[in-house]
Amino acid sequence: MAARFELRRIGLALAAPLLAVAFAALLTSIVLLIAGDSPSGALTTLVDAAKRPRIQVQILNLATLYYLSAIAVAIGFRMNLFNIGVDGQYRLAALLAAEVGGVISLPAPLHVTVILLTAIAVGAAWAGIAGLLKVTRGVSEVISTIMLNTIATALGAWLLTEHFSVPVAGSNNIGTKPIAASGQVPGISLIPDAHKSKVFGLIFLAVIAGVGYSVLLNRTRFGFDLRATGRSETAAVASGVNVKRMVLITMLLSGAVAGLVGMPQLLGASYSYSLDFPTGIGFTGIAIALLGRNNPIGIALGALLWGFLDASSVALDLEGISKEIVVIMQGTIVLSVVIAYELVRRYGIAQEQRRVSRDLSAGAPAGEPEGAPA
Amino acid sequence: MANQDVDITVQRGDVHAIVGENGAGKSTLMKILYGMLKPDEGQIFVDGEERSFHSPADAIAVGIGMVHQHFMLADNLTVLENVVLGDEPRKGLGLDFGKARARIKEISDAYGLDVDPDVLVEDLGVGDRQRVEILKVLYRGARTLILDEPTAVLVPQEVDELFENLRGLKSEGVTVIFISHKLDEVLAVADEITVIRRGTTVATVKPGEVTARDLAELMVGSELPTPETRQSTVTDRVVLQVDGLGVRTPDGRDVLDDISFTIHSGEVVGIAGVEGNGQAELVEAVMGMRPLATGTVALNGVDITHESTRDRRDAGIGYIPEDRQRQGLLLEAPLWENRILGHQTQEPNVNGPWIDRKGARQDTKRIVEAFDVRTPSIEVTASSLSGGNQQKLIVGREMSGDPTVLIAAHPTRGVDVGAQAAIWDQLRAARASGLAVLLISADLDELIGMSDTLKVILRGRLVADVDPARVTPEELGSAMTGAGSSEED
Repeated sequence: MAARFELRRIGLALAAPLLAVAFAALLTSIVLLIAGDSPSGALTTLVDAAKRPRIQVQILNLATLYYLSAIAVAIGFRMNLFNIGVDGQYRLAALLAAEVGGVISLPAPLHVTVILLTAIAVGAAWAGIAGLLKVTRGVSEVISTIMLNTIATALGAWLLTEHFSVPVAGSNNIGTKPIAASGQVPGISLIPDAHKSKVFGLIFLAVIAGVGYSVLLNRTRFGFDLRATGRSETAAVASGVNVKRMVLITMLLSGAVAGLVGMPQLLGASYSYSLDFPTGIGFTGIAIALLGRNNPIGIALGALLWGFLDASSVALDLEGISKEIVVIMQGTIVLSVVIAYELVRRYGIAQEQRRVSRDLSAGAPAGEPEGAPA
Repeated sequence: MANQDVDITVQRGDVHAIVGENGAGKSTLMKILYGMLKPDEGQIFVDGEERSFHSPADAIAVGIGMVHQHFMLADNLTVLENVVLGDEPRKGLGLDFGKARARIKEISDAYGLDVDPDVLVEDLGVGDRQRVEILKVLYRGARTLILDEPTAVLVPQEVDELFENLRGLKSEGVTVIFISHKLDEVLAVADEITVIRRGTTVATVKPGEVTARDLAELMVGSELPTPETRQSTVTDRVVLQVDGLGVRTPDGRDVLDDISFTIHSGEVVGIAGVEGNGQAELVEAVMGMRPLATGTVALNGVDITHESTRDRRDAGIGYIPEDRQRQGLLLEAPLWENRILGHQTQEPNVNGPWIDRKGARQDTKRIVEAFDVRTPSIEVTASSLSGGNQQKLIVGREMSGDPTVLIAAHPTRGVDVGAQAAIWDQLRAARASGLAVLLISADLDELIGMSDTLKVILRGRLVADVDPARVTPEELGSAMTGAGSSEED
C-alpha cells in the first residue's frame, strides 16, 4: 500500500512539469505562427543542433552552472526563503575568488581548494547579510537580496576597475590577473568527436551539490528542521526549531552554494574574471528551481532543458528564426509551471483525502447492516 | 468514497443536527451541500428544486452558507473587511464601507451577535471569531446555515448564547444544519437529528424520542465514556513549578500576570477559562515559545526559564498544542514525518544527526495501532486524515518517550466519543505512572473529570481554585466568566 501511494505521488510530481512544458510549447507555437515561422521547423532546428557534439558539450557546461544556481535557490525555497540574490552572490564570489586565485600561487590541488573556499566564503557572507537583516530587523529577504544584487554589481565594478584590473591582451576588455595553471581545472572529454571543446572538470561540483542537497534535506535532522520550517513555521516553532537560527544558517548555505556557481566557468574556461563573465545565472536558477520543484533530479532535468534551449538557439538564427523565441518559451514554461504545480497540488490533496476515506470505509468491518454498502 | 446513500430532509426553519463519529463523513457531506465537493451521484433539492453546486458561490446564490470548523478569516484584516471580502459593496469605483458597517451592526443587533466591525480579527478570541463567521454568512443573505462543530470551541455560557442565537435565527425562518458530536447539545437545540456512521445515514430521530445514550449507540455502537478519574495518584514530588509568571504584549499590555502553580508527579492540573483569557499564552510561555516579562519556570527543581523550546522538550515535556493544524502537524508531510515533529532529537526518530526513517516509520505504526488512528497507511499526508484522527496521532506522539510533563491544550477537541475515551484512558494510565499534566480545555466535563486540581483563569490571572470533586459545570462556567464571586477556598 505504501508503494501505491508513493507511485501516485511520483506520477503527480511528473504531471505538472510535463503539463507546463506542453503548454509552453503550445504558446510558443502560436507566437511562431504569428511571426510566420513553422513551429515544427523551429523544433527540428533546435533538436538537430543538439545532435552536434560541440553543442552537447555546451549544453552540459551551461547546465552545470544552472544546476548549481538552482540548488542554491532551492535550499532557500525549501524553507520559504526567497534568495533572489544568488546572482549578486555568485558574481561577487567569482570576482574575489578570481583575484585571490590570480595573485597567489600554490601547488595544484591546494590552489584550486583555496579558490573554491574563497568563493564559498564570499557567497555565504553576501547572502549572510540578508540573513542577518531578516533575523535582527525583520527585513524581507526578497527586498534585501535584490538590493544586494545591485550593490554587488557596483562593488564588483569598482573593485575590478580600480583595484584588480589588468588589460586582457588584444582587446578593450579588462579582467583580473589570470589564474596560473595550478589553479585551473582541466576539462573532461566526455563527448566523443567534440574536438577541442571539453566538459567542465568542475561538473562534479554540481553532482556533489545535488547529492549533498538531497542527503542534507531528506536524511538529516537539520534538513528535517529546515523542511518543517518551510512547511509550517508555527508547527516548527512548537516543535522546538529556532527559526531565526535556521534562517541565518539557510541563507549562509544558500549563499555558499551560490558562490560556487561561477567556478566551473572560471576555473575551466575563463581563468580570469573579466567584463564578459556570464551574468544572470542567478535568475535562471530561480526559474529552474521552480521548474524542478526543488527536487535534485527535477532540477537536473530543468538545467539540461535550459542548457539545451540556450545552446541550440544559436542555430535558429541561421534558419532566419529569431532566437529570442527561446526566451519566450522559457518564460512561458516558468509561468505555466507555477500554475500547473498549484493545480496539481490541490488535486493531489483532494484525491488523497478521498482515497483515504474510501480505503477506510472499504476496510470497515462487515456485519453492520446500516453501514454496509448496497 | 466518504459518503454513500445519504438521505437527509431538512425542514425550513428547523435546526437539524447531524451527528457522527470523526471520519464518519459529516464534513464531507457538508462540503457537498456547500459546493466544495461534487457528489458522484444523487441529487440535492432546495425548496423543492433540484440544484447542482459547482462551487460555494452556487450554494451561496441559493442561500446556503457555511461556518467552518476551522475559521476562514484573514487575521490581519478587520471584522468589517473580512465580512465584505469577496462581496464588497461598491460605490462607483470605490468601496462603500459605511453602508457595510451599518448592515453589520444591524445584523449583529438583530441576532445579538455583539460584533464590533472595526477590530482586527487577530485581536479576537475564538468565540468572537465564530460570531464573525456566522455574521459573514448572514451578510451574504444565507437562509440556510451550515455550522460545522460550532460548539467545540465554546464554554457553556457561550454555547447557551449560540443556541439562543440559533433559536432567534430559526424564528426568522432561517434553517440551521448543525454538525456535532456533543450529544447533549444536539438534544438541547435540534428539532431533528440525523445520525451518520461510516459515510451513510443510519437514522433520523426526534430529540424527544431518544436519550444521549441511544444516540451514542447509534453513532458508535458502544457505551458513552466518562472522564471520571477519582482515585488520586498525586505524589508530593514537584515536577513543574511556575512562579510569578508574566507575559506582556509588545505594547506593554499584561496578557498574563503573576501566574503561579505547581504540578506534582501523578497530578493533573486543569486550567478553566473562557477562551482568550491567556491560556494560549500560558502554554506557550511554559513551552518557551513566548518570552516572559516576569517569573520563572522550573522542571524537576531545575530552572528552565531561559531554556529553548527544544531543550524543554528534550528535558521531558510533551506538548499537545491548541491548534493542531497550525502548531501540531505538517499537513503536507506524511504521517511518519509528523511522528518526528517535535521529537527531532529523540530516538527512535534520529540517530545522531541523521533521521532514522526506519525507526520513525516503525514507531508511527505503533502509534497508529495503539491510538487507533484510522488511516490506510503511514505514508499518506496528515491533511488527508479527519480531525479526530489527526488529534489521536498527536496525542500518541506526545505520549511517546515517557514524558515527565504533558502540556495538553484541548487534547480531545474535535474528537469523537470513542477516541475521547481512548485519549482519557491513556492520560489516566500515564498519570498513574507519574506523569504530571497541565490540562487546558474548553470541555468542562473533561476538566472536572480529569483534574486533581482545578484553577480558573480570567483576564490573564488565576482568580480561583476550585475543587473538581464538588464543582458542577454550571458553577465552574460562572466562575470562568467572573460572574458570581468564586465560592471556593
